[in-house]
Amino acid sequence: MKPMMRKLLNFLIPVLLVLLSSAPARAVITIEITEGVEGAIPVAVVGFDMSRLPVPLKTDIASIITSDLNRSGLFKVLPEADYPQRPAQSRQVQYPLWKSMGAEFLVIGRVLPKEGGRYDVQFQFLDVLKQKQLLGYRFPVRGRNLRSTAHEISDLIYEKITGTRGAFNTRIAYVSVVGQGADKKYVLQVADTDGYNPQTILESDEPLMSPAWSPDGASLAYVSFENSRPEIFIQHLASARRSKMAGFKGLNNAPSWSPDGSKLALVLSKDGSPDIYIMDIATRKLRRITRHRAIDTEPVFTPDGKALIFTSDRSGSPQLYRVELAGGKPRRLTFEGPYNAAPDISSDGKRLALLYGEQGRYRIAELGIEDGELSLLTENRLDESPSFAPNGRMVLYATTRGDKGVLYMVSLDGRVQHKLSDQAGDIREPAWGPYKPLRIQ
Amino acid sequence: MMNMRTITIAFGLLFLAACQTQQPGEGVEPGTDTAPQQDSGMAEPIAGGAETSQLGNEQLTAEELLDQPDSPLATRVFYFDFDSAKVRDEFLPVLEAHGVFLAENGNVRVRLEGHADERGSREYNIGLGDRRAQSVRRILLFQGASSDQIETISYGEERPAVLGHDESAWSKNRRVELVYEVQ
Repeated sequence: MKPMMRKLLNFLIPVLLVLLSSAPARAVITIEITEGVEGAIPVAVVGFDMSRLPVPLKTDIASIITSDLNRSGLFKVLPEADYPQRPAQSRQVQYPLWKSMGAEFLVIGRVLPKEGGRYDVQFQFLDVLKQKQLLGYRFPVRGRNLRSTAHEISDLIYEKITGTRGAFNTRIAYVSVVGQGADKKYVLQVADTDGYNPQTILESDEPLMSPAWSPDGASLAYVSFENSRPEIFIQHLASARRSKMAGFKGLNNAPSWSPDGSKLALVLSKDGSPDIYIMDIATRKLRRITRHRAIDTEPVFTPDGKALIFTSDRSGSPQLYRVELAGGKPRRLTFEGPYNAAPDISSDGKRLALLYGEQGRYRIAELGIEDGELSLLTENRLDESPSFAPNGRMVLYATTRGDKGVLYMVSLDGRVQHKLSDQAGDIREPAWGPYKPLRIQ
Repeated sequence: MMNMRTITIAFGLLFLAACQTQQPGEGVEPGTDTAPQQDSGMAEPIAGGAETSQLGNEQLTAEELLDQPDSPLATRVFYFDFDSAKVRDEFLPVLEAHGVFLAENGNVRVRLEGHADERGSREYNIGLGDRRAQSVRRILLFQGASSDQIETISYGEERPAVLGHDESAWSKNRRVELVYEVQ
């Protein structure tokens, strides 16, 4: 019973979309739509009306929403030059004009000034065919949070159409390597999911690895070699305060958080070969989970916190296993292919993103845990580090282009690939952060 | 395998003889006059084995021994096959010489830095680099090195010796490096 492998199709010629927004944040990332999608929903996003502002905003809300919606693969935003009118409120909309140009949905909005550098951002999401409003919100916002507000709007639109919360207003962490030779630096960064607002969390002359988000998004765990050996740290992002969690003899690697944020799963070799442990963060008490002479590594908690998925080569090559924390022997989950590693689990606990190696190629794949069906999501040679979006609809991963590591996002059906490339560095080990708290119920 | 073992023991003993005047833990000042050799009592003929003799008269410090360009100790990087932590046969004699050197020089410490090529998962590659360092460590211990002289660390694929995305680069990155420290 060999699970079927879905093959990928390239639909369209690659297109390069450079973000034109003149946001104050450094725009270091371009988004490349490498594969288009048939059947994407045509949407028009009209530039938000800023005529009531004394000075127009530098942040172009509509272009941020456009880029988000295009990136999802579900929507195709129609070119602005074709728009028949530029309404800012629904009562100005002449639906037949939009219908005749082929738009099924319409996004409009305006920005109104308020006291003290604040704004009100109003937006409406309209169904062109039914000629009615699907969503309408007013966001009070500070100037520096305008990008975030645009992503919130994208999230709401995505949820209205799919029933699943959007993950545009989230952040990613990754390691960037800049400079060469003696000037080489490892930089741990956090950025918006569209690559804007990159912020440096830690810079080191020695390798940094394996960033992992706390479930509340406030902290990162990571591995740092700054003391000439691997050690695990937890760093609170807002305060930059950090503590060393593990600095035992041997390996201190591959941290990941329990769903309630109270524990870390990690890999230690202090008792011999690399094994999985769980550390209570408050008491630092360790519990050993695996005991095997093989390499056991890359533990992740299941969403219910009752089990760990991890990589082990106990069968002779790396494969994924599941071990119940209540006890019992690890159970093997992957049977197809000689190399399955680097698991991440979707928030519904039903899917694994993993690194699949075969015939010298390492590609991102997705495994349905119940049906055991493995689907390849990429056609690359040297992929690594898959990480699910919090809504489980996309996977962020690293791959190699030329001499550099770059980040890509792929939709779960493998049909839409987007490149996030910091032009400055060699980027690896992306981790997609959790949802931010909702401002709208 | 027996053959190899016999050869390497003979090799090790030859080497031992070369530096036998230095007792474990004793430092020797560079440039000290070479006094008559004190027999450590360790280089005795073994049953059925080769008889060893002292080579030369010089009393070399650990640093000087490590600096000898023609010495097996000059080889400090050992390469591995893909996804393997087995020390290649060709490296055994040299690694055993390192083990003997450590056994004879208690003031010397070595750090075994394990590495992997870039393919596959970074954390699994940390595991592979560790496994490679442990393979080398076992050989050193078998030759009499003490476990407190040896530290192992794995860098996985984080510190490639050679950049590139093909086998010629990868084969040079799957390695264990010996980094000595003389106290």
